[in-house]
Amino acid sequence: MTTSTRVSARRLTKRFGDFTAVDGIDFEVRAGEVFGFLGPNGAGKSSTMRMVGATSDRSGGELSVLGLDPSHHGTQIRSRLGVVPQEDNLDLELSVSDNLYVYGRYFGLPRRQLRGRIAELLEFAQLSERAADKVDNLSGGMKRRLTIARGLINEPELVLLDEPTTGLDPQARHLLWDRLYSLKQDGVTLVLTTHYMDEAEQLCDRLVVMDKGRIIAAGSPRELVDRYVTKEVVELRFPAGQARRAAPRTDGLARRVEVIADRLLLYTDDGDATAEHVASSTLQPVSTLVRRASLEDVFLSLTGRQLDD
Amino acid sequence: MLPTPFRPLSYFWVSFRRTWMSTLSASFFTPLLYLASLGVGLGSLVGHGQRLASLGGEDYLSFVAPALFAGTAMQVAIGQATYEVWGACNPWSGAYRSMQASPISTGQIMAGHMAWIAARALLACALYLAVSAAFGAVKSPEAVAGLAVGPLTGLAFAAPLAAYSVRARHDQPFSLVFRLLMLPLFLFSGTFFPVSQLPVGLRYLAYALPLWHAVELSRSLYAGTFEPLAGSGHVVYLAAVAGAGLLVARRSYEARLSR
Ligand SMILES: Nc1ncnc2c1ncn2[C@@H]1O[C@H](COP(=O)(O)OP(=O)(O)OP(=O)(O)O)[C@@H](O)[C@H]1O
Ligand SMILES: [Mg+2]
Repeated sequence: MTTSTRVSARRLTKRFGDFTAVDGIDFEVRAGEVFGFLGPNGAGKSSTMRMVGATSDRSGGELSVLGLDPSHHGTQIRSRLGVVPQEDNLDLELSVSDNLYVYGRYFGLPRRQLRGRIAELLEFAQLSERAADKVDNLSGGMKRRLTIARGLINEPELVLLDEPTTGLDPQARHLLWDRLYSLKQDGVTLVLTTHYMDEAEQLCDRLVVMDKGRIIAAGSPRELVDRYVTKEVVELRFPAGQARRAAPRTDGLARRVEVIADRLLLYTDDGDATAEHVASSTLQPVSTLVRRASLEDVFLSLTGRQLDD
Repeated sequence: MLPTPFRPLSYFWVSFRRTWMSTLSASFFTPLLYLASLGVGLGSLVGHGQRLASLGGEDYLSFVAPALFAGTAMQVAIGQATYEVWGACNPWSGAYRSMQASPISTGQIMAGHMAWIAARALLACALYLAVSAAFGAVKSPEAVAGLAVGPLTGLAFAAPLAAYSVRARHDQPFSLVFRLLMLPLFLFSGTFFPVSQLPVGLRYLAYALPLWHAVELSRSLYAGTFEPLAGSGHVVYLAAVAGAGLLVARRSYEARLSR
């Protein structure tokens, strides 16, 4: 571990009774980067985040966060951390600004300093007009924005975001991406989990793909795509039930073919050329789409399953 | 910078600010009604308002008033240590979960909430003391020392109950706590009549339960008949229950809040 390492995990394990939720994973988060955990439901992303956030004890392995061991220095670690849990833990009975105020007091921030900080964060979450409203009356997306803003109250050097944009509309999501990007510009290290490929591709410098408690791939989004899939994908849609029957007729058209419900995915380095070959073949799909390969494809090629199965 | 152990109190204080009016008026009117009906109304029948040897040489109002003082601390504590503790670890509150993500430790979350409950017991008892003084039920300035009995009694009930509530999955059992624990204690701990009137078995049961000690302690302070030996016995008993409760609560909180 070097001084530029913010989180380092070796054989990190979390067990709940007999069940192993995180199964001996290794990863390192470097200062100033955006690091992602990508994976389907139950992969162990949140369990990992809670261990890093020093709210859940590890069952095995080594873990160092900001150079400290969470099982002995939980308080010191949490005071320098920003945490956005997967499920909002706001107090629904309190007002928007009281939620920020009380949380700031948990970090020992003095009242005077908090006043300015709360105004900034309300601005950040675009909730300035709703400052006096009870949180219960906010929409789901507004609550999410408030939870994210609240996690930044102590100006953390490391921020853990567990599915930060779930429940946000596209506009709010893009706005949040911008905000997270500007945090990164300020030198803040970000660790996030997501189901969304586009989010991981947009935000993450490096990421790991998790499945069933294990890391099954690691690298930058570009590296992963290069290593596990081709540059482009041709998606062919077929009438219900016919995709599987059409699959053998794609022989020679692509480097690899996957069948997903009524679609065939043809992995190729030149999508347009492949699409032309398809057009002059006997395949006759209902529709043909050429697109760049994404992390969705990486996951599919690694596990044979779709991410949201 | 606010020391970490005190930080949970910000939450309880801010929540309290929303409801303080109704809380304070309840803490004011409830004793008013009790003292008027039991102390004055019923008291006029019991020995025609005269001092009775069977009541330790007190008239009925002066007999029942300190018992209600102790009962007030118990009621506040039980209410807070059931629904409030249970609510604080549930999704609509998020109180404990947010504290957990901050530098506050699990032990401090527990201690903070218990300190808050003790403060609420103190507040209710202070109001009660004022109201009962207005009724002329306070015979000695020692009664002011009774203000320490409020939080102590509160903790003796709150800590063990919180240990249970924090792990409870549902809130239905709490109504049983009120009916099967609080009500019998309230009625039979020497509050409305001396325990000497109870059958022997029940009498010893009353001695073994915390409210009787709190009642005896309050009574001696209201009347100015505090005896160091008996008095410190009651204090030690209540402190022991509170202390044991805090230890169990600590473990319960760790079990529930660690994931
Ligand atoms: N407190 C717990 N007790 C028992 N099992 C748990 C607990 N928390 C998580 N698990 C189990 O551990 C596994 C991993 O859960 P985790 O929440 O880490 O997954 P995740 O990758 O965050 O999934 P999602 O994308 O659905 O949020 C799941 O099978 C889950 O049921
Ligand atoms: Mg999760």
